[in-house]
Amino acid sequence: MSDYIIAEGIVKRFAEHTALDHVGIRVPEGKVFGLLGPNGAGKTTLIRIINHITVADEGSVTFDGHLLCEADMMRIGYLPEERGLYKKMKVGEQAVYLARLKGLSERDAKQRLKYWFEKFDIMPWWHRKLEELSKGMQQKVQFITTVLHEPPLLIFDEPFSGFDPVNAELLKREILELRDKGHTILFSTHNMASVEELCDSIALINHSKVVLQGTVETTRAQYKDDRLKRVTIPDSSPIPPDLKVVNSEISHGRRCLTVEKPAGETNSAFLTRIGQQTEILAFDELLPSMNDIFLRVVGKEQDQQLNTTEQ
Amino acid sequence: MNKIWIIIQREYSVRIKKRSFILLTILMPFLIAAVVFVPAWLAMSEEKKSCQVSVIDVTGRYGTVLENTDCITFATVAPTDTLDQQLESLLSLSDNAVVLTLRDSLGKAGAVTLYSPSEVPGYVEKYINEKLSKRLRNDRLSAYQIEDIEKLVDDVNADLAITTIKWDKEKGATVSSAEIAGVVGLLLSLLIYMFILSYGSMVMQGVMEEKTNRIVEIMVSSVKSYQLMFGKIIAVALVGLTQFFIWALMLVSLFSILGVSLGLSEVPAADGLTPGMTAEMPESNLFLQVLQGMNFTEMGLLFVCYFVGGYLLYASIFAAIGASVNEQQDSQQFMMPIVLLFIFALYAGMFSRENPDGPLALWCSFIPFTSPVVMMVRLPFSIPWWQTALSLVLLYGTSAAIIWLSSRIYRVGILMYGKKPTLKDMMKWVRYK
Repeated sequence: MSDYIIAEGIVKRFAEHTALDHVGIRVPEGKVFGLLGPNGAGKTTLIRIINHITVADEGSVTFDGHLLCEADMMRIGYLPEERGLYKKMKVGEQAVYLARLKGLSERDAKQRLKYWFEKFDIMPWWHRKLEELSKGMQQKVQFITTVLHEPPLLIFDEPFSGFDPVNAELLKREILELRDKGHTILFSTHNMASVEELCDSIALINHSKVVLQGTVETTRAQYKDDRLKRVTIPDSSPIPPDLKVVNSEISHGRRCLTVEKPAGETNSAFLTRIGQQTEILAFDELLPSMNDIFLRVVGKEQDQQLNTTEQ
Repeated sequence: MNKIWIIIQREYSVRIKKRSFILLTILMPFLIAAVVFVPAWLAMSEEKKSCQVSVIDVTGRYGTVLENTDCITFATVAPTDTLDQQLESLLSLSDNAVVLTLRDSLGKAGAVTLYSPSEVPGYVEKYINEKLSKRLRNDRLSAYQIEDIEKLVDDVNADLAITTIKWDKEKGATVSSAEIAGVVGLLLSLLIYMFILSYGSMVMQGVMEEKTNRIVEIMVSSVKSYQLMFGKIIAVALVGLTQFFIWALMLVSLFSILGVSLGLSEVPAADGLTPGMTAEMPESNLFLQVLQGMNFTEMGLLFVCYFVGGYLLYASIFAAIGASVNEQQDSQQFMMPIVLLFIFALYAGMFSRENPDGPLALWCSFIPFTSPVVMMVRLPFSIPWWQTALSLVLLYGTSAAIIWLSSRIYRVGILMYGKKPTLKDMMKWVRYK
């Protein structure tokens, strides 16, 4: 699997601060790539550089095997974090205009728009001004204008912010559908649940630097705590007294326990010991959620920073 | 290039289709025509109303002085012993009756009185005053008993009318008048001032709309920022020129229609004029002749040249300001010095009218920020060609430099949200890679 986007040694300085400090990411082709990081970490700046909106002070971006150039703008679909369209312009006219700027002919644009407008049930609004549409419908229009020219690379900056649950679900479905069609998708988000659901690989940016990068599975495996296990027992059974329970939840007649296995004991030995005291419905290793990893990595850095400033 | 064209199409058609634009474009020429013609029409219709004046000449000496004119007829009434009763009966004839009594030698208090139940028309009073004053003056002069006094006085009183002839090698003599040329120049400079300011701020509004709408980020992911900026500036200029040509066309046709119907344009051909002829012409004809003497093609061409140059200069500054600020209020602070500079240009233009070749006019014709306005004032007077050339070169050169600078600021500014930038920040943006 080749990398569709390779950003290497990207540096971008603004007047007061460095937004990106030797940042490098690799976005594999035909996959969903999550760009994570707290606010102000430099995600949007990196996205703008890949979009050819701004130019990096140092470093290079390779796009599909060649250095990023102006013509590549046609091959990218971009949904910015702050959405916006011309409020006073008619919806259809506006969508055709934006599509023409992406290199589509007027006829092609109209044809494709018809397909999408019908798919999203907004055809009757074609001749209305954008400001007459509900927010949800405006977001649908915005999404359509992003994907209309079928770009090989799609960039979504915080795609789920501002979407209601129904539209967010629709969007997730569309993203996965686009991936299956072979599009490469890069999206930045705070929504860690969606990362586990959608992303194949991620990069975590904090304080202008990449602090973590890899596929979602390897990252979660890397951060897993080997001592923590998940044990599910019937609700009616007592909890064995020598079990070190970290967390306990009851649902549908089952008790789900997060336990700490004593160091040095093998899984089999542990299971045999517990199995003598209670019925075991399930036993599983506990993978940290992306949210946990995010908090651990970003939180640790913030602690370190606090320490250094205190010294 | 193709993308700029698509942007121009949208920006142009959106503005042209606006109801406010259509209304203003169509109504303005009628408004201008109304301002020019209604007073003239009123004045003319008033003069056509004839007035009959009954003259009771007790002295019996002066009645003959008052000759009938086009609209004033004098009817001499023999005075009776009971003057008051006679007056009353004459005045009660109609509401518009006017009675003139001449009771004593002219010059004495109460000698001449005008009676009327309504207001006496100004031109009647003026005419009578003029005639009787002349008579009084002649009477007094002859009281000195100097030989040939009347001939002497006539000689002294010869009417003086200055006709300025603009001599042109190719076209020969044409009538010109500094006063009328000044008025035409002033109108042109006001027009260019209005156009540059209103269309310049239209650019700013458009840029700010895109920034606050956040559509700009989508736009710059499809086109380069300079394409977006140039597309908008060019489209708005075309909107301005469209309006200008529609106005020019409508005004010319309106004025010729109205002019013919009011009989203003019955002017003898301007060829072969002699100074003596023009001296006898009524003022309105002189006005039209001076207008005919002006080279409208050249003036129109230079107007467009200066409008485009000045507009590019100011509109690109306004675009940079619009891109830098986040709110309407913030823009005021940056707009202020620019608008003040432009108002100065207007005042410089007004003062240049007095002395179109003086040092103020000369220097301000070369400074690009003032030259579009000041040159409009000087346009109806002849300007040495090298001055026009130099001023245009300076204007377009500076515009090009400012456009480059503005596009650098615009490029960074449209993506900057948050705190209001300072001028220092904006200068830093210029140097960003």
